[in-house]
Amino acid sequence: MKHLLSTEDLSLANAIRILDTAEEMAAVGDREVKKLPALRGRTVVNLFFEDSTRTRISFEAAAKRLSADVINFAAKGSSVSKGESLKDTAQTLAAMGADAVVIRHWASGAPHRLAATDWIDAAVINAGDGTHEHPTQALLDAFTMRRHWARLHGTPSAGADLKGMRVAIAGDVLHSRVARSNVWLLRTLGAKVTLVAPPTLLPIGVGQWPCSVSYNMDETLAKGVDAVMMLRVQGERMNASFFPTTREYSRRWGFDDNRLRALDSLGLKDTIIMHPGPMNRGLEISSAAADSPRSTVLAQVRNGVSVRMAALYLLLSGDTREPAATTNAAYSTKESH
Amino acid sequence: MAHDQQDAATTGAYLVRGASILGGAAEDLLIRDGIIAARGTDLAGTDAADGATVIEAAGLVALPGMVDIHTHLREPGREDAETVETGTRAAALGGYTAVHAMANSNPVADTAGVVEQVHTLGRTAGWVDVRPVGAVTVGLAGEQLAELGAMADSRAQVRVFSDDGICVHDPVLMRRALEYVKAFDGVVAQHAQEPRLTAGAQMNEGDVSAVLGLTGWPAVAEESIIARDVLLAQHVGSRLHVCHVSTAGSVEIIRWAKARGINVTAEVTPHHLLLTDELVRSYDPVYKVNPPLRTDSDVQALRAALADGTIDVVGTDHAPHPSEHKECEWAQAAMGMTGLETALSVVQETMIETGLMGWEDFARVTSTAPAVIGRVADQGRPLEVGEPANVTLVDPAARWTVDPSKMATMGRNSPFAGRELPGRVVATFFKGHPTVLNGELNTPYRHGPHGESTAPAGGY
Repeated sequence: MKHLLSTEDLSLANAIRILDTAEEMAAVGDREVKKLPALRGRTVVNLFFEDSTRTRISFEAAAKRLSADVINFAAKGSSVSKGESLKDTAQTLAAMGADAVVIRHWASGAPHRLAATDWIDAAVINAGDGTHEHPTQALLDAFTMRRHWARLHGTPSAGADLKGMRVAIAGDVLHSRVARSNVWLLRTLGAKVTLVAPPTLLPIGVGQWPCSVSYNMDETLAKGVDAVMMLRVQGERMNASFFPTTREYSRRWGFDDNRLRALDSLGLKDTIIMHPGPMNRGLEISSAAADSPRSTVLAQVRNGVSVRMAALYLLLSGDTREPAATTNAAYSTKESH
Repeated sequence: MAHDQQDAATTGAYLVRGASILGGAAEDLLIRDGIIAARGTDLAGTDAADGATVIEAAGLVALPGMVDIHTHLREPGREDAETVETGTRAAALGGYTAVHAMANSNPVADTAGVVEQVHTLGRTAGWVDVRPVGAVTVGLAGEQLAELGAMADSRAQVRVFSDDGICVHDPVLMRRALEYVKAFDGVVAQHAQEPRLTAGAQMNEGDVSAVLGLTGWPAVAEESIIARDVLLAQHVGSRLHVCHVSTAGSVEIIRWAKARGINVTAEVTPHHLLLTDELVRSYDPVYKVNPPLRTDSDVQALRAALADGTIDVVGTDHAPHPSEHKECEWAQAAMGMTGLETALSVVQETMIETGLMGWEDFARVTSTAPAVIGRVADQGRPLEVGEPANVTLVDPAARWTVDPSKMATMGRNSPFAGRELPGRVVATFFKGHPTVLNGELNTPYRHGPHGESTAPAGGY
C-alpha cells in the first residue's frame, strides 16, 4: 500500500491489517501518555479544499500521536483561493518535503490525481473526495462494527471480519462518499448490506453494487438488522426535488422515535445506530435515537483517531509488505492489551 | 478557377503511381493544374505525365481529401489553445483538405465579420479549405437568432450553423432556425444536450458514474433533443444535422427518422467509436469530453450505424485545450479531445480492420457525405478526370504509436496517447498541391491574389 485512496480496491488482507493495527493504536489512546515515536521527523500535510473540522482534527490528532510534524493547509485564505492549481499546490508541498498528504477535496477523484501524477511523490490519503469515497470513515465504521460484532460473539476483534453481519445504510446514497466506501469495504469484510433510500437518492447503476436496495425503512428493520447507519441529508436537496419536504423525508426515511421503539418490539436488542456526523437531529435521526445506548456516534469519532493512526503508520513506516509476515512492527503496545 | 490553375501550375505536376483507388485496383493518377488530369493503369511515359514528379504509391490507398464537418480551431480568441494555422496543419497531416470551423470562438462567429475573418485566416494559411460554421444564436446565448443570412451571403458562404458546445434547447428558437436556413440551403447542426438533465454533468450516467461519484450525463438528455428535433425538421421541411451522436438510443431515433423520410444527417466522432467510460476510472481528464464517452454497447451501436448509413459522417470534434485545462481535477477540467491527426487511424481500426466497412465507405463517411452536408462543392468529389485534385494517400499497413507531443496541433489532449494505431497519411493534395509529402508537412497552397470562390453554387 503506497496510498489509501478508496476501499473499492482495498484487499481483505490490507483491510484487516489496518483494522488490527488500529486496535493496537487504540490501546495507545487509553494510556496516560498518548504518544508513539513512530513517525518522528516525518511531515504530514492536511490539505483541505473543503471545510471539515472534524476530519481534519481527527487526522491531526492521529499524526501528532505518532509524533509526526503536522501542517494544516486549508484552501480558504490560502493561495488556492487565489487560483493556484492543485498541481502547483502539490508541487509546493513536495518541495517542502511532505511525506504524506491527507487530502479532502470537493472534486471526486482529486486524491487519485495526486497519486497518479508526478506532481508529488508523497503517500496520499483520501480524506473524502466529492461524492466518491471516504475510506478512513468506512474503516472507522468497520472498526466500530467489528468491536460490536466480536463482543456479541465473545471473540477477539483482531483478525476478525464481519461475516454474517447485516448492515442497513440509509439516506442520501447518491451524494454520499461514506455510503460508497462502506458498501465496498463491508462487502470485502463479508457483511450483508442493504441500502435504504428514496429512489431519487440512489445512483443509476446501483443495481450493480454488491448489496441489496430497499425503498422501505420499516421493512428493512423488520427483516432484521445488526447495524443501521444513517447518512446526513443536506437540506438543499429538497430544493432540487429529490424529495418533497424535509418532513416527508423524515417520516419515510429518517430514524425517528417510532423506529427506535420498533427495534425493541422486533427483539433487535443488539442493533446499533451509527452516524458519520455531523447529524441533522430531527431530520435523518431523532435526538432520542442519537443519544440512545444503541448509538455509536461518539465511539465512531474516538475510533476515527485510531484508524487514521493506523493508516498513517502503515503508509509511512516503510513497512509496506503484505501481511504475510506479521503486523507487530516497531511500536510496543502489544503488551498493553 | 483560373487563378487556382495558374498557382497550382507553379507547384508542379504529380504522377501518383500504382495507388489503390478507394481500396480497389491499382491505377495511376496524374495531378496537374489543380485537377486530376488523367487516371489510368500506366500513365508514366505519356505526354500528359511529362515532367511530373513521380510518387510511388504501390500499397497505398488513394482517397478523396477528407472533410471534417466538426473542428474547433479556437481562433479568434483562444490562440493559446490553437490557431487556424496550427489547426489546419494538423488537418492536412491527418489527411484533410477541408474543415468546418465551429463558431464558439471569442468573439463568437455570429456575424459576417467574424466568419469572414476565419475564412481569410484559412485562406492565408493555405493548408485546407476552412469553412466557417456560423452561430445559430447571438453569442451562443440561445436567445435570439444571429444574422444567419448575412453569414450565408458573406465571402465565407456559410451553410452550416451551430451553437455547438451548447444546445439550441428552446424549441421555438430551434424551429425558427430550421425554417430560416431553408432560404439559403443551410443546415442546423445541433449539439443535442438537454441542459436541465445535464446540469453539472461530468460523465456518462451509468454503472461507472455510480461508483466514481461523478455527476451523470444521461443518454436521455441527448436522445430527447434528437427526437424533438427530427420532428421539428419534419414539420418545417428543413435540414437537420446531429453533431457527435453518442448513444445507441440516438441511433434508433435517427434510424426511425430516416425511415420516415426526414432530412436528417448524423455524425459520430472517432473517440466515440473506440473509447468507453471505463477509462474515466483513472480520473484522467484527457478522457473528459462532451458528449461523454459511453458504454461498449453504445460503441458497438455507433459502429453498426456508421456502417449501415444511419450515421452519415465521421466528425472529429477536434477540441484542443492548453495543458493547464487538463492538468487538474476532473471536475475542473475542460471538455474535449484532439482528433484531426488520429481520425483516419481510429476509423481504420474501428471500422475497416473490423470488417464493417471498406475504403469506399471510408471515403463516403469522411469526405463525400460531409462535403454534401456542408455544401462544399469542390470537395468530396470522385477521383475522376477533371475533378479537383483533393486527394489523400494512405498507407494502410503502417502502424504507429500516438505521441501527442509530436503533433502539429497545439493541443496535447489526445485520448489515444500511447496507443498503437493502424494507417498513416503519406500525402495530402489540396487543390493539386501537396500539403503533405512522405508523411510530413510540405508547403501550403497559395491562393490567387483575388481569391477564387469556394461558393456552394460552383460548377458542380
